[in-house]
Amino acid sequence: MKTDVLVIGAGAAGMAAAIAAAKRNLKVVIAERDEITGGILNQCIHNGFGLHYFREELTGPEYAERFREQLSRYAGAIDVLNDCHVLRLNRDRTALLVSPKNVFELEAKVVVYAAGARERPFGSLMIPGDRPSGIFTAGVAQRLMNIDNRKVGRKALIVGSGDIGMIMARRLTLEGIEVVGVVERLPYPGGLLRNVIQCLKDFNIPLYLSSTVVEVKGSERLEEVVVASVDEQFRPIPGTEKSFKVDTLVLSVGLIPQVEMLNGLVTLDKRTRGIACSNTGQSSNEWIFAAGNCTAVFDLVDYVTKEGERAGEYASRYVNGERFSLGVPIVPGENVMLTFPNYYNDVDDLTLYLRCKKPMEKALLKVGGFEKTFEDLIPSEMIVVKIPKQKLSNLDRIEVKLEEV
Amino acid sequence: MEKIVCVLCPMGCKIKYSVEDGKIVSVEGNRCPRGLSYLEDELKEPKRIVPTSVKVVNGELPLASVKTSKPIPKRLIPEFMELVKQVQIEAPVKVGDVILKNVLETGADVVATRTVKRVNSA
Repeated sequence: MKTDVLVIGAGAAGMAAAIAAAKRNLKVVIAERDEITGGILNQCIHNGFGLHYFREELTGPEYAERFREQLSRYAGAIDVLNDCHVLRLNRDRTALLVSPKNVFELEAKVVVYAAGARERPFGSLMIPGDRPSGIFTAGVAQRLMNIDNRKVGRKALIVGSGDIGMIMARRLTLEGIEVVGVVERLPYPGGLLRNVIQCLKDFNIPLYLSSTVVEVKGSERLEEVVVASVDEQFRPIPGTEKSFKVDTLVLSVGLIPQVEMLNGLVTLDKRTRGIACSNTGQSSNEWIFAAGNCTAVFDLVDYVTKEGERAGEYASRYVNGERFSLGVPIVPGENVMLTFPNYYNDVDDLTLYLRCKKPMEKALLKVGGFEKTFEDLIPSEMIVVKIPKQKLSNLDRIEVKLEEV
Repeated sequence: MEKIVCVLCPMGCKIKYSVEDGKIVSVEGNRCPRGLSYLEDELKEPKRIVPTSVKVVNGELPLASVKTSKPIPKRLIPEFMELVKQVQIEAPVKVGDVILKNVLETGADVVATRTVKRVNSA
């Protein structure tokens, strides 16, 4: 089988990339391992999606459905392979695909990799104690409750105050599960303020800041979780332990870009831990483009869609014979934890995403000849800014700085 | 000046306001007019959109996700959830279908946010 564009993953980024390529009259194959397209959006039944992209507020399934509809409009150009896993991507631009029906090879002129992120698992936290049932990542708990109609427990504690953790605190509460608290290692909440209000405060769920889980206990099912306060180095402070008798522990402790399939094929960025990309979506391997949470973990699906469209557009131009250089490196400077993209090619203006290192009341963003002031910055809220290319000319390296003012 | 965070959308505008004799006399920081109505509601009767699910019979999925078409009073949420728990609908369900009209006399409908096909239908 042959195609112009192979898109790996049919979540927000993959669907947008496929549509962008089909609009440019290319033949597209999307390989999606799930039975339906839409990715994690399908299980995110809460509202809050699409405000930037559609200028209205949608739930995850609604957002996914709009793109699924568009995909079907391009049915002649886009071949959606559901229940289909890409086992291997080879240097000669062929991929080995596996589905319950067959195993086959596909030859593509360009690949748009949009595999999303995975959740940090319980094992990575190295928490002492037992390994009973009743411990879930937030995404798994979300899928069980919102897709499979399963109640995950009776009484729960949540670890991590990222958006997913807080949204699951509300979801569990609405479904009649008592949530005894949300534990956060940092001295400030990890997710959006609106979620602190509408997911925790609205339901009187306590948020324990500067705290961590030090032990889990239980023989078959989880019975008890021990939490302690931490010092600035996140070390538990002896004597501050508090015990929670719960049968369920839900973890929302971070997402990691899914990059394994491209190991050895592309360069990764050590800060985002994702695939290092130019503002064209191109990776260090000229025929592999990437978009979405496999490049950097974004705050909003709207951004992921935009990046998917961008990667789809430039991947199409590549198929049509255009060649791009990666461009100049974009490097995080003072008070900047990470930036995306990682390189800048002046074919276009730069849409720059960044996270600050620490909460700041007011800061001046400096990028080349561009300056802009921001207020109330926290690391969990991504800053997005569009920088005209004139402000970035004649630089051999673009440093991104946030000066406190 | 007091400060609240608007929860109507992910922008999360930090709205600064002051109240004199029960009346809002100054507001700043809201990037759209919804922020103002949010503030008014928040001082009088806090309201929220409630996303949840209802059971589906003969569907390809056991649940259809739903939401209230507009914010409903926060104090009614427990009662609302009890009511929604009793609901069962027959597949097929289409996104946008009204599942319950004017729920609890709030003026809000419960609408489907997911399409669920009937089992064995094309």
